[in-house]
Amino acid sequence: MANDLPFERRPLTRKRFMQLTAGAGAGLALAGCGGSSADEAGGGGGEAAETGAAGAEYTGPNVSLQFWNGFTGGDGPFMREMVDRFNTEHPNIKVKMVVQQWGDYYQKVPAAVAAGRGPDVGVMHVDTLATNAARNVIIPLDDLAETLDLSEQDYAKVVWDAGVYQEERYGIPLDTHPLGFYFNKAHMDKAGIDKAPITAEEHEEALQKLKSAGIQHPFWQSSTWPAHLMFTSLLGQFGGSIVNEDGSEATFADDPGVEALTWMVNLVKEGYSPKNVASDADYIAFKNQKNSFHWDGIWQTQDLKKTKLNWDVTVLPQIGEEQATWAGSHNLVIMKQRRPDDNKIQAGKVFINWISEQSIEWAQAGQVPARNTVRNSAQFKGLEHQSELAKQQDYVVFFPSYPGIGDIIAEMEQAVNRAVLGKQSPQQSLQQGASKADKLLQDNKKKYDY
Amino acid sequence: MAAAGPSSAEQAGGGRPLPPLARAARTRGTRSIGGAGITPYLFLLPYLALFTMFIALPAVYGFWVSLHNWDFQLPNKPWVGFQNYVDLFTPGSLTSRDFWQAMEATGKFTLFSVPLLVVLPLGVALILNQKFPGRNFFRAVYFAPYVLGVAVIGVLWTLLLDPNIGVVNYYVEKVGAQENIAWTNSLPWAWIALVAVTIWWTLGYNAVIYLAGLQDIPRELYEAAKVDGASRWGRFRNVTLPGLRPVLIFIVTITILASANMFGQSWLITQGAPGNETRTAIMLIAQEGLQSFRMGSAAAMSFVLATFLLMISLVNLFVFRERKS
Repeated sequence: MANDLPFERRPLTRKRFMQLTAGAGAGLALAGCGGSSADEAGGGGGEAAETGAAGAEYTGPNVSLQFWNGFTGGDGPFMREMVDRFNTEHPNIKVKMVVQQWGDYYQKVPAAVAAGRGPDVGVMHVDTLATNAARNVIIPLDDLAETLDLSEQDYAKVVWDAGVYQEERYGIPLDTHPLGFYFNKAHMDKAGIDKAPITAEEHEEALQKLKSAGIQHPFWQSSTWPAHLMFTSLLGQFGGSIVNEDGSEATFADDPGVEALTWMVNLVKEGYSPKNVASDADYIAFKNQKNSFHWDGIWQTQDLKKTKLNWDVTVLPQIGEEQATWAGSHNLVIMKQRRPDDNKIQAGKVFINWISEQSIEWAQAGQVPARNTVRNSAQFKGLEHQSELAKQQDYVVFFPSYPGIGDIIAEMEQAVNRAVLGKQSPQQSLQQGASKADKLLQDNKKKYDY
Repeated sequence: MAAAGPSSAEQAGGGRPLPPLARAARTRGTRSIGGAGITPYLFLLPYLALFTMFIALPAVYGFWVSLHNWDFQLPNKPWVGFQNYVDLFTPGSLTSRDFWQAMEATGKFTLFSVPLLVVLPLGVALILNQKFPGRNFFRAVYFAPYVLGVAVIGVLWTLLLDPNIGVVNYYVEKVGAQENIAWTNSLPWAWIALVAVTIWWTLGYNAVIYLAGLQDIPRELYEAAKVDGASRWGRFRNVTLPGLRPVLIFIVTITILASANMFGQSWLITQGAPGNETRTAIMLIAQEGLQSFRMGSAAAMSFVLATFLLMISLVNLFVFRERKS
């Protein structure tokens, strides 16, 4: 998949439509947030753990804020409900939420900001912060963090640090969404496996048992999304990285990358996966009981809950030398305005603070809250799948925070694609991708001056 | 017009006075040109305004953009002259490899799809031009896919053609294939799939235009040919084809341009896979300009692509030019 825009996958059509709208600008209405039931929101659950950060207040005249995001899936209704509640609690601030596909969003927001008609507040994925900061789309929020008395202690370090570009903070983390290891419990029982594998050997052994138990293909290896997220996780596990320290060279083709990709390609070679798995087929096969193991984002929990499948999810097994799991993170941001309005900026900060405090509600949409207090609350521990995947919090790997990193991710994605499809050896494919990525990095470094 | 011929001839012939009729025609003609004044231009104006605003000015602006490293969000848009173009023609540069791969992909798709999209709809139109029961139903059926948007057909065929879980392969296997065919992510199958889907999708449009052309050919010509003893093939070759000439030029031209601008099918069905093999030029340009925000080089790519299309259109016009025998 050549898309370099960060977005998480909702089952099937969502991604398709995002790609479409990213390019063709059509089909928007079709993909809207229909269908998803808000019943899981249930029981209010709104009493967020207080952080004691009461620094933000807005007492000025009535203002109205445009809040744009890409929550078109099952997460949309949760966010909308939070916004509604915010509006009731803050009579002098009216927040209007506008939802569009992420792919569309990342093209439209800069264009709207350039035209002086951008939204006031928004949500951006952590790996897009640097790009949008460098491109003057969003503004630094250090003073907000200061007034709110937010600091590293309130968040997992990796999450907190990722919002910084050139020593200024551009995003207030709302959540993290890591990969997880989904498995079919019925298949496990059938094969006589009593717990999810946590090491490479156990993983291999489990696959063999599943195969002997008559599951022809127990672990479908996709050639597209989310293969590059798997690759990023494994790359971290083998001790590698996507780019070097100063973001000037691509390092994903080094030995750890080759090891990681070889492991993935071997799943196909050894017959655990069918050949040429196209986009979404792995997940559809999992839902249809044709696939036993599936690595995918935490957001899929919401979709799987609606099925009758006997499934569970846990942390990724450790295939390499250390633990690592790819994750994304939604961050709250404030857009740059041609004529900044201090009232709106202040109101926006109140909104951001409030939303980030309510993140237990947001967790129910299938996310791991970014704030430690919320993540450690009893309420969050009650969310079975989310709290299980939150165990990975200390070793999550984000895409690196350099402007234009999407270009590099796209090259990596294609390298994974070529190797999984058997067009090139892992090494050859990664090297081809890395040599293009090197050129892109040099060009980006010059362009964005980082 | 008819009067103008002799009159000018006479004029050339010497100082003889013009016959009254010819003179009248001549003066009338002169006056009518002068008298029209700006009226024709006024009629052209609305289109001219649209053309200027939405095609000419953006094209000029685009050319200006192509001479810079252009990102609309950055205050600094360094002037690079023709460097973006030079890069496209310099092996080993940031853009050349991807660009020519995409151009090759575009060329392949055009080459594979255009002949089929010119010939097959003609066959369909010839059949649908016969009289048989249910004719209108079939006319509608062949046209139906065309009303669907590329989003719909893209998602539809992605699922149908999926190598492992698609319906198409289910039947392929039923008829005895040993292995799944990777319709969406291996070669040459991805091309076959893209061309087939495109034909299924747009065949109806070309067929309808042919059909209109066929109905314009006077019946009498066929009858005359029959009387002269022309065979079915003879009637097709000597009556139908010449009668369709303008329609054929139109269809060849728009089909070439449409195929060279193919984007949605690759974007949705193959996502360029395997690797970048089925990524078309427009798809690359969209990514380069709108996702990587390298608008300068994206604009340069667009101009090179446009130059190619211009040349192809010129060749097309030359091939189909009115031959005076």
